[in-house]
Amino acid sequence: MAGKKRKTPQLDQLEKGAWPSFVKEIKTSAEKNPMADDLLGQLERSYEDRIGHWKHGGIVGVLGYGGGVIGRYSDLPEEFPNVSHFHTLRINQPAGWFYTSDVLRKLCDIWEKHGSGLTNMHGSTGDLVFLGTRTEELEPIFQELTELGFDLGGSGSDVRTPSCCCGKARCEWACYDTMALTYFLTMHYQDELHRPAFPYKWKFKMSGCPNDCVASIARSDMSIIGTWRDDIQVDKAAVAEYAKSGMNIQRDVVDNCPAKCMAWDGKEIKIDNKSCVKCMHCINVMPKALAPGKDRGACILIGSKAPIIEGALLSSVLIPFIKLEPPYTELIELVDRIHEVWSENGKNRERIGEFIQRVGMGNFLEAIGVEPIPEMVAHPRENPYVFYEEFFEEESDGSDEQAPK
Amino acid sequence: MAEQATVEEVSEAMFKMIRDSMGQKKWKATDLTKAVTELFGERCDKTLAKSAIRELIESGKCVYTYFGGSFIEIPHKEGAEN
Repeated sequence: MAGKKRKTPQLDQLEKGAWPSFVKEIKTSAEKNPMADDLLGQLERSYEDRIGHWKHGGIVGVLGYGGGVIGRYSDLPEEFPNVSHFHTLRINQPAGWFYTSDVLRKLCDIWEKHGSGLTNMHGSTGDLVFLGTRTEELEPIFQELTELGFDLGGSGSDVRTPSCCCGKARCEWACYDTMALTYFLTMHYQDELHRPAFPYKWKFKMSGCPNDCVASIARSDMSIIGTWRDDIQVDKAAVAEYAKSGMNIQRDVVDNCPAKCMAWDGKEIKIDNKSCVKCMHCINVMPKALAPGKDRGACILIGSKAPIIEGALLSSVLIPFIKLEPPYTELIELVDRIHEVWSENGKNRERIGEFIQRVGMGNFLEAIGVEPIPEMVAHPRENPYVFYEEFFEEESDGSDEQAPK
Repeated sequence: MAEQATVEEVSEAMFKMIRDSMGQKKWKATDLTKAVTELFGERCDKTLAKSAIRELIESGKCVYTYFGGSFIEIPHKEGAEN
């Protein structure tokens, strides 16, 4: 079939418009790859029938690993035999997604030899995704990938491939080395990454500053977001330069500060750093004049997840500030305590955020040995029927009070 | 203190649990760990259970499967492949 022009009127609609189209790319691959060609046919059928024609597999993988391969089969194998198996592979990406062009070519060569040639750079997990191969090709692909220095990523109830922003490699705002920590966590948790042993998935995502370019606060069980605890660095001359070039500092910077901790008198900007919530707005608007402080580290948050249909959670603060430097002992001890409590008490398919909601943050903190602090409170309690009698002192009738001297 | 069980002993016990409950119960790694630490008492801790699971998988006697969560099962033909 490959090489012949398949009629795909429904899919053709997805080629219209200003954006790059995956249909165009599949059509290009279909000219030389029968898998990509049958994929076009099955996709067209799915749009016609208004139903997906994929079946989920649950067993395929490589020897010794419990993750990295997601089984897919066609429910129309007679009609589209080249996609009767169409498994996805997750390949553990280099931290920060840095590749050489030579390595990219070699990865693509492996994939064109053993699979559909279609990739996803990158999946929402952060992995490099290879889309579509047969069961018997899995071990040969794995062997060639490992010879190239690559490994499979996570899937199922394990530590998913840790991912991060480009951090100090390309960003002066990075408050810690996100790529170094990502590499460290990937190597430290190799066993947990390849051998699923948790109630459900566990994602680490590392952002170098509160801009949170990898959206870790919304889609990772443990979000590690760079921050600082001293004062924002101000270059007064550069501030004056912004004003001189026509920037309305009062309107565009000061009035947009969510903490209202800035003032502008027309000559100088003043910041009440104790009230700063590290939103990064002012730094983003005046990058030449303002920068995060010098005492840098990270804030550790826990419990977010971003499922497709319902139940999204944002992370909550667990450790407001931690210096993140090798050998990361404090962080590892914390993570291991959390894993132990969650593995022991979590239900099947219960993410850590859901587990915390079920048992209560207080009980969770007690179990992992972390003291509650005000930074963990998102907002004042709303339920007036919650009482804290044990913290009230007995009301005195005054008889035991000493008379004033 | 009782002498620690061997990896082979523990993995064999795990395999028996999986085999005897096939079709009735799917075992997660944590379920197996709890079961063998209960069965062997002081003779088996979590580290040993982890090694036993690894032995089970690397010997090919069991495989990891994914059906809405990761489980450890005796290899069988993929239903979706039919």
